[in-house]
Amino acid sequence: MNKPAENITIPAEELLLKGEQTFSSITAKITGVIEKKTPRMWFLALGAALSLLMILFGSIGFLIWEGVGVWGLNNPVGWGWAIINFVWWVGIGHAGTLISAILFLLRQKWRTSINRFAEAMTLFAVSCALIFPGIHVGRIWIAYYMFPIPNQMDIWPNFRSPLLWDVFAVGTYFTASLLFWYTGLIPDLATMRDRAVTKFKKIIFGVFALGWRGGNRQWRHYELAYLILAGISTPLVLSVHSVVSTDFAVSILPGWHTTIFPPYFVAGAIFSGFAMVMTLSIIARKIFNLENLITIDHLEKINKIMLLTGMMVGYAYSIEFFIAWYSGNIYEQFAFINRAFGNYSWAYWIMITCNVLVPQLFWFKKLRRAVPVMFIASILINVGMWFERFVIVVSSLSRDFLPANWDYYSPTMWDIMTFVGSFGLFFTLFLLFIRVLPMIAMSEIKTVLPESDPHYTGDRHE
Amino acid sequence: MSNKVIKTVGAIARFRGTGHLLEAATRMQESGYKKYDCHSPFPIHGLDKAMGLKRSSLGWLVGLAAIIGTTGALALQWWTASIDYPLVISGKPLFSYQAFVPVTFAIGVLLSAFTALIGMLAFNGLPRFNHPVFNSDQFKGVSDDLFFISVEVNDPQFDETRTIQFLESIGGTNCELLQENEE
Repeated sequence: MNKPAENITIPAEELLLKGEQTFSSITAKITGVIEKKTPRMWFLALGAALSLLMILFGSIGFLIWEGVGVWGLNNPVGWGWAIINFVWWVGIGHAGTLISAILFLLRQKWRTSINRFAEAMTLFAVSCALIFPGIHVGRIWIAYYMFPIPNQMDIWPNFRSPLLWDVFAVGTYFTASLLFWYTGLIPDLATMRDRAVTKFKKIIFGVFALGWRGGNRQWRHYELAYLILAGISTPLVLSVHSVVSTDFAVSILPGWHTTIFPPYFVAGAIFSGFAMVMTLSIIARKIFNLENLITIDHLEKINKIMLLTGMMVGYAYSIEFFIAWYSGNIYEQFAFINRAFGNYSWAYWIMITCNVLVPQLFWFKKLRRAVPVMFIASILINVGMWFERFVIVVSSLSRDFLPANWDYYSPTMWDIMTFVGSFGLFFTLFLLFIRVLPMIAMSEIKTVLPESDPHYTGDRHE
Repeated sequence: MSNKVIKTVGAIARFRGTGHLLEAATRMQESGYKKYDCHSPFPIHGLDKAMGLKRSSLGWLVGLAAIIGTTGALALQWWTASIDYPLVISGKPLFSYQAFVPVTFAIGVLLSAFTALIGMLAFNGLPRFNHPVFNSDQFKGVSDDLFFISVEVNDPQFDETRTIQFLESIGGTNCELLQENEE
């Protein structure tokens, strides 16, 4: 494409993007990820992801054939890895929505470098999450009972059950995120359409771009639609994991029956989601040389959010202990002492180390800006967040009110393979996404260049 | 082959940047053009005002959808739980509306989200795959780094020579007439 008539340079410290960027250099860089020859690494990664995906299909197939008994569930631990994985994956999705919706409303322009693939991450993480309750129902062929569809038994779903709230909360979350993501994609799909050289690409991108012309008469409706979608996604960031937490909080089990759960879960969700955004963006910017668009400043901001949400989670861990003591309820007190020092104490201390201690590294600016440190920390945080859900689900269930009921829970190989396989689904979808669609929102990131402001005169000391 | 007649369907001119486009839009508006549009790779602040456009009314449509969604969801839960198949669950009243809040909210959001996207497309007349501006080769750059003003042939002031002259006078370059073969 033609270069703009003037090439304006602006001091680096005023810019969100590094290097001398113009509108067309941004387009070239981002579409280059798709248009250039596929890197060898990508094929290797896709091969690995597809192998894991086969493991997922195999273990789901065996589960449906044989029944939920192939998992390590026992009495009293009737919820095991499936619910842990569900909560974990849904939680990861929350960062994408926070970036795309809340940071948009707060006019945080740095989000434009990471929002597109964070939203994609949301969709793929929620897809992984939805598998687990879906296959946990046992008789999967009548899973449609979850929806208010008239059926032969003439009964309706129990709308008072948190498990049904989940169906609607997570289902809506997925659909609204998909619509939001697609709305953001329309102008970029038009870019892909205009650059397409093969007939196949012209047709595919042409159809999905819907004939977008970039006219201001269109932008005015578009911008409002985007704002509205951001507005209605904002409460979803808070509501979805709150509803998920009611799966536990509404029951009467010690360790679950607490009012702190909704905010505590939401903070944990954002915490682990940002960790996943961090992991993925470090890999993506490295493989596709996007260091000028996803800069170290962006990563530092993500680290600050992780530090904040990590401390919120740490606060929740400690206040749970305080309330257990303060309530005077012996069952509650036992549940928490058992968590820290009982049969699952190993999991508890992994959780504390990864979620409370690791983020403290980010108090130091040097560590906050060191890519290897944050890469390892982001992975440890997600390990910790998985163990948080493990501790909540398993330690409370395995030691309920009557000691006669107590039992120790361990997963079987099918539990492990289903979880490992879900990474296959996640990474397969993610790898296909970054090869097929613009992973950074071009029409949005262009607006952070000073030239996008009509009152910009080209004077560097404005 | 049938006889082909070349027909003019509009005019297009390129502008150098957002500032120039904004100025040109003001001039277009002042000189009384109606069926024109300013095309850019990203939304530009201030163009709505320059073009005399009001705020989009999409908000009202989505608001309506939110009301219908929440009311419908609450009605569904009320009817299924207390009329069609009353079941007492955990000793709560049949219409225990507190427990119905999450689903009511979710369906309200769901319907609003669909309305926001579909309403936006409907207001914009999309999907529409053929449009006069696509007949111009240079227009492909609009999704990269170029800025255009297009005028449609059915604008009352449209005239092949005078419109082009006017577009040039307000700073447009690469002016061209958009043409189409008519069979």
